[in-house]
Amino acid sequence: MNSTILDALAHFESLAYLVAALLFILALAGLSKQKTAQRGNFFGIAGMVLALVAVILVTLVSSTQPVGPVVGFMAAAIVIGAIIGIWRAKTVQMTAMPQLVAMLHSFVGAAAVLVAFGSFFTTPGHLTGGAENAFHMAETGLAVFIGAVTFTGSIIAYLKLAARISGKPLTLPGRNILNLIMVIASIALIVWFANTEGVDAGLVPLVILTVISLVLGLHLVMAIGGGDMPVVISMLNSYSGWAAAMVGLTLGNDLLIITGALVGSSGAYLSYIMCQGMNRSFVSVILGGFGSTPAASSGSGATQGGEHTETTPEEVAEMLRNAKSVVVTPGYGMAVAQAQFPVADLTRKLIERGVDVKFGIHPVAGRMPGHMNVLLAEAKVPYDAVYEMDEINDDFGDVDVVLVIGANDTVNPSAATEPGSPIAGMPVLHVWEAGKVIVSKRKMGSAGYSGVDNPLFYNENTDMLLGDAKDSVDAIIAAL
Amino acid sequence: MRIGIPREPNPEQTLVAGTPDSVKKLIKLGYEIVVESGAGARASYFDEAYAEAGAKIVSREEAWGADIVVCLDTPPEAELALIKRGATLIARMNPGANPEVIEKFEEMGITALAMDMVPRLSRSQSLDVRSSMANVGGYRAVIEAANVFGRLFTGQVTAAGKMPPAHVYVIGVGVAGLAAIGTANSMGAEVSATDVRADVADQVESLGATFVEIPVKQESSDGYAKALDEDEQARVLKVYEDQAAVNDIVITTAQVPGRPAPLLLTEAAVAAMKPGSVIVDMGASPLGGNCALSKPGEVIVTDNGVTIIGYTDLPGRLPGQASQLYGQNIVNFFKLTTPDKDGELVLDENDEVIRGVTVTLDGKGMWPPPAVSVSAAPKKEEAPAEAAPVEEPKEKSAFAKWWWKVLAVLLGAVVVMLAPPSMTSHFVVLELAIVVGFYVIGGVSHTLHTPLMSVTNAVSGIIIVGAILLISSSNIVVTILAFIAMAVASINIFGGFLVTHRMLKMFERSSD
Repeated sequence: MNSTILDALAHFESLAYLVAALLFILALAGLSKQKTAQRGNFFGIAGMVLALVAVILVTLVSSTQPVGPVVGFMAAAIVIGAIIGIWRAKTVQMTAMPQLVAMLHSFVGAAAVLVAFGSFFTTPGHLTGGAENAFHMAETGLAVFIGAVTFTGSIIAYLKLAARISGKPLTLPGRNILNLIMVIASIALIVWFANTEGVDAGLVPLVILTVISLVLGLHLVMAIGGGDMPVVISMLNSYSGWAAAMVGLTLGNDLLIITGALVGSSGAYLSYIMCQGMNRSFVSVILGGFGSTPAASSGSGATQGGEHTETTPEEVAEMLRNAKSVVVTPGYGMAVAQAQFPVADLTRKLIERGVDVKFGIHPVAGRMPGHMNVLLAEAKVPYDAVYEMDEINDDFGDVDVVLVIGANDTVNPSAATEPGSPIAGMPVLHVWEAGKVIVSKRKMGSAGYSGVDNPLFYNENTDMLLGDAKDSVDAIIAAL
Repeated sequence: MRIGIPREPNPEQTLVAGTPDSVKKLIKLGYEIVVESGAGARASYFDEAYAEAGAKIVSREEAWGADIVVCLDTPPEAELALIKRGATLIARMNPGANPEVIEKFEEMGITALAMDMVPRLSRSQSLDVRSSMANVGGYRAVIEAANVFGRLFTGQVTAAGKMPPAHVYVIGVGVAGLAAIGTANSMGAEVSATDVRADVADQVESLGATFVEIPVKQESSDGYAKALDEDEQARVLKVYEDQAAVNDIVITTAQVPGRPAPLLLTEAAVAAMKPGSVIVDMGASPLGGNCALSKPGEVIVTDNGVTIIGYTDLPGRLPGQASQLYGQNIVNFFKLTTPDKDGELVLDENDEVIRGVTVTLDGKGMWPPPAVSVSAAPKKEEAPAEAAPVEEPKEKSAFAKWWWKVLAVLLGAVVVMLAPPSMTSHFVVLELAIVVGFYVIGGVSHTLHTPLMSVTNAVSGIIIVGAILLISSSNIVVTILAFIAMAVASINIFGGFLVTHRMLKMFERSSD
């Protein structure tokens, strides 16, 4: 091959990477504002197309293998991935978005592990390489470690979100020690791995490392309760970025490094925002076990199984008809019951009757950051009727009726009133200050993910509307 | 307990301490409310409305004789005499400047709570009457200025010629200043503003005004601006003078409870202003105002044609709204002091907000309260100008705030130093990208968290690049691994971007 062509190609590659990296930055920046979001997404697509074209071209030109089969392989892999990806993206229910996102995270983790292994097989350790080789090997080890943790962690998150396994935190005795031992063992294995010579010698520590990392990811997320899932999802998002960045270091590919670090640090920042929303420290969320401490039994607030008042859809309809202002506070239950469409319908009916209807969204309502907003947007709830917790919290005193649909911990007054409660200090929607609270809930006695009983349900001004949220709301609409 | 809302004894006071709306809320807290007949008439709240809200309309004697009396300002002797021993009086008292009222309250054996002494904490903003009054006052200051200003606020080009926009300059960007900026800006004026605290520049710009820098930097540690030394003072006055000369309307908002307001505009500054200009001195008081020539309560016109408005009752010129705000502040105070909503006032003197307003407790002098440590050591001799309540600083030491950042920087440095030369550049790129990642999504709208995550998900599919680089390997195992990795990463790329697109389309529709 002519060396000038190779030179030109190398320059083109660098330029393409630079532009692609900039496009990714613009994509993320665009996604932080409503107005520029769609444009941001297109920037992301453009960056990806550019990066792929550049890397494929470079691979084909510099390939020592026959070009035909390589092209065939790549095309086949991309087509398979594209078919599955497009199919999932087209068919996914908006309520199932958290599962899909978790699933996608696991793919990045898996790909990182596979690529790291591949990289190891192509350039295994050679002791004569000195520090450079050791660094390279350590990076490979780290890529495998982070990738594997992301992989199993995301799969567990997926299973929990899809309700294939219980969302309750698994709290093994001494789980923090266990995690610590696994992390230390992983570091030791990476050091060992970095000082091996050849494929055979390196494979042993690498496989052990992989297994330990897989177990660590599994155990980490098993220990985290469903209520903390928004943090977990964005944390795994961050991990998947770090995995990509590590692979980039392994392969010496700047585009991978930049993109991975971008995703990694933005994901970490998002996790931080989520943690603030729950007034919990990042560390305590990661260490898991939320809700493992028994609900504070002291104090009058925690009236386990007090008297609650039940109501009927007809009564609720009557109340809503006479109300001047209504606030709807949805939670995960709305997503589970797919009740966003009837809720939006009800909202429109009430607005037509001149009732002032607003939505109050808790920052960690649902199982993924921004989950409720996506659902309400899907059901075409007018955007300006949707308020953040801080925007609406002071106004509950003036609200006639609050409709709590499938929310529990996010409207639990004991977070504000009972210092001993496991959710103490978490900012919550002050729905109890409203004239009347109607809680739509499947049945009594099932606590929220924190496992804390909710004194709201036994308040005098609270009526319980038991049953599936979708059926309940449909019945209210019928009665209107 | 019974709360009395009397008619204000001062005939010039147009406000009332409770409105039908706030009365309703107080009743919800378990109190019985009595309102003196005609109490709200000057603010257009009539007896019928109070009665409908659940209050009892009573005589003057009965209103002042309630268990708790809520009014605007410390009442004169005649009304004080009607307050019964052991009762609670809630009003603006300015106890710092009026030590004699404290003695009087002690003598009367009452509990006196000064609503104008609420410490400036985030938590107590909802009951800070000075903030709420300053807000409406700032609005009204602009309206008063517009009233006497012989020109339009908004610029226009018409068939009869061009009209320039009014230039409004606000000194002191506290609650009142911000309200004035917002109002003037919405009326179409070109607004600029100055504050000794440089950190309010963002707030000024967020309202569409220009921040005029002054050569003195001050950071607020307690929510108020501080007094300046003489040299600083001279430099600052020069800025005010220069600005006053080029602007049409100057609004000054510096106030110090119980002390003369700081002088901001000297006689020379006024003399340098254009004829037809207007000054609104919100700091005007009998002790002196922000402007050397202003007369409290009056409007004067100087020899060079500058109108100086010295009204001291700006909130009182918007009695309906101002009363509602004051009433809501009072409701919020009762929310804090009626934990069981049973109509019993509980004064927890360990609560620094409640301690801060307590002047006397059952006839025992409690003034002054221990300094509230809003942040660092409170300065003595401070001159709190009318200033915006700043966020309550977190009680974190510098160490707690910074250690992880320092650690991150050190770690980054160590990695770059230790890395073999051929890899250093990769680590530099890595660290830069991390920083960019933090900044690029700062301030992400919370509605977009999910789309943001799915797009970063799609972008992490870039790992496919790694797979492609390996796929043409001669090692069949590597090729297979790369093949699977490529397929998996493609799912991410296509799925991630597509699902983001789907979600964003929904958002677009819903915001139509």
